[in-house]
Amino acid sequence: MLKIKNIQTFYGNIQALKDVTIDIHEGEIVTLIGANGAGKSTTLMSICGITPPRAGEILLDGDPIQNLSPEKIVQRGIVQVPEGRRIFPDMTVVENLEMGAFLRNNKPQVQQDLNYVMTLFPILEKRRNQLGGTLSGGEQQMLAISRALMARPRVLLLDEPSLGLAPLIIKQIFEIIKQINKESNTTIFLVEQNANQALKLADRGYVMENGRITLVDSADSLLANDDVRKAYLGI
Amino acid sequence: MDYFIELFLGGLTRGSIYALIALGYTMVYGIIQLINFAHGEIYMIGAFVALIVAGVCTIYGFTGVSVLIIAAVAAVIYASAYGYTLEKIAYRPLRGAPRLSPLISAIGMSIFLQNYVLLAQTPDFLPFPSLIPDFEFMEPVAHIIGSPELVILITTFVTMILLTLLIKKTKVGKAMRATQQDMNMARLVGVNVDRVISLTFVIGSALAAIGGVLVASYIGQVNFYIGFLAGVKAFTAAVLGGIGSIPGAVLGGLVLGWTESFAAGYISSDYEDVFAFGLLVLILILRPAGLLGKSRKQKV
Repeated sequence: MLKIKNIQTFYGNIQALKDVTIDIHEGEIVTLIGANGAGKSTTLMSICGITPPRAGEILLDGDPIQNLSPEKIVQRGIVQVPEGRRIFPDMTVVENLEMGAFLRNNKPQVQQDLNYVMTLFPILEKRRNQLGGTLSGGEQQMLAISRALMARPRVLLLDEPSLGLAPLIIKQIFEIIKQINKESNTTIFLVEQNANQALKLADRGYVMENGRITLVDSADSLLANDDVRKAYLGI
Repeated sequence: MDYFIELFLGGLTRGSIYALIALGYTMVYGIIQLINFAHGEIYMIGAFVALIVAGVCTIYGFTGVSVLIIAAVAAVIYASAYGYTLEKIAYRPLRGAPRLSPLISAIGMSIFLQNYVLLAQTPDFLPFPSLIPDFEFMEPVAHIIGSPELVILITTFVTMILLTLLIKKTKVGKAMRATQQDMNMARLVGVNVDRVISLTFVIGSALAAIGGVLVASYIGQVNFYIGFLAGVKAFTAAVLGGIGSIPGAVLGGLVLGWTESFAAGYISSDYEDVFAFGLLVLILILRPAGLLGKSRKQKV
């Protein structure tokens, strides 16, 4: 469904992505693991049109989208939960969620989805009129995921949702990601440093080093792979 | 006591005009961290358009408040178009450039627009008709506040309420706030950030034009240089209140207006600027981000 073909992305003269190819099928959970600075976040930003690739193709259902503006890409159903959550700090929880549904005009449906994400994360209901910036890290992550869901994504891109969170919260968030994938058949592309958890959740995985994809395999095989175990699992 | 009230209302009138212009500075700064030095020139162009349109209206036999309204609407439309174009040609190509480049571009546009009006019109002061009539019902209080002041106060007050509603309640307002708080994240939820920036310039310019028409009509003359002086004062108000903060711009405008009015009334009008800028220095020492400004934490 989402095919990334040989993309090259640059920051000025520095090449961040070198010939990256990733293939994501409908309904899958695919993870991209790698060290700091490997180019994982850049991959997501390239897909979303924030740092468009200088060469290569990104295809959604066979249509090239690499030259579309970010808002057109959101409209096509590719929605990102960026690293660091990026909650609008001076907007309330409800306003943040409404921003997620910015491109949707069907008000009753949006309201329905608002209620849905609040059943998914009941804490958001309690905090509904609190400013986003005053939430705890875990609550912000839940809000960030919910905000993305408000766009009714076909492909949900998640950038390190476990970053800086307590193990119990991480577990809860990964459970919800699984649930989102199962319940609404949302395709998930998960970027993680927490390789162990990510591979346990995912169907397939990609390993990235210095802007290149170095390994592709099923998640189970990657978990068993000696190199991966040494480099990313610390075993 | 009457004298105090007179000074208080005079300061309020002056301050609300500063606030109206300061909003344009602060809204643009909030979104793209640019001091739009050409903003004062938009105010001046608004006043000139009103002058021309008022003249044409008078020739065609319009009288009274209708001239003011037609002239103001024309000024708002014209100035908005200028603001939109200004952003498009002078700032948008420099998006992503180091912050000094658009700043210099802004100064360049300011000089350009001043000289363009200088050439198109004249370096002399032109008389501006007093478009605001003297209302009869104002006569009993005329020694404290005149009709023009009343119109200025009501107009700025209504404009600010409308602006607040726009920003708080409407979808475009939310898009503006989102863009101000995190531009790339706003993009990621589907906000067309370019459009939001254009809109911010259009709104700021419209407010400046309203200010320009009201002040020109009140003072009774215009020339190509009035935008610079008004711009400096309004910019001071924006910084005083905390640049980037909308309530801050309003508060900063009022504080500045009152300071000037009381300093002129109780001490000497020669010193009103000394007090205005002295206050600015004092506040910036005590609160470097301005009265309502937040010192932004930079995340790396």
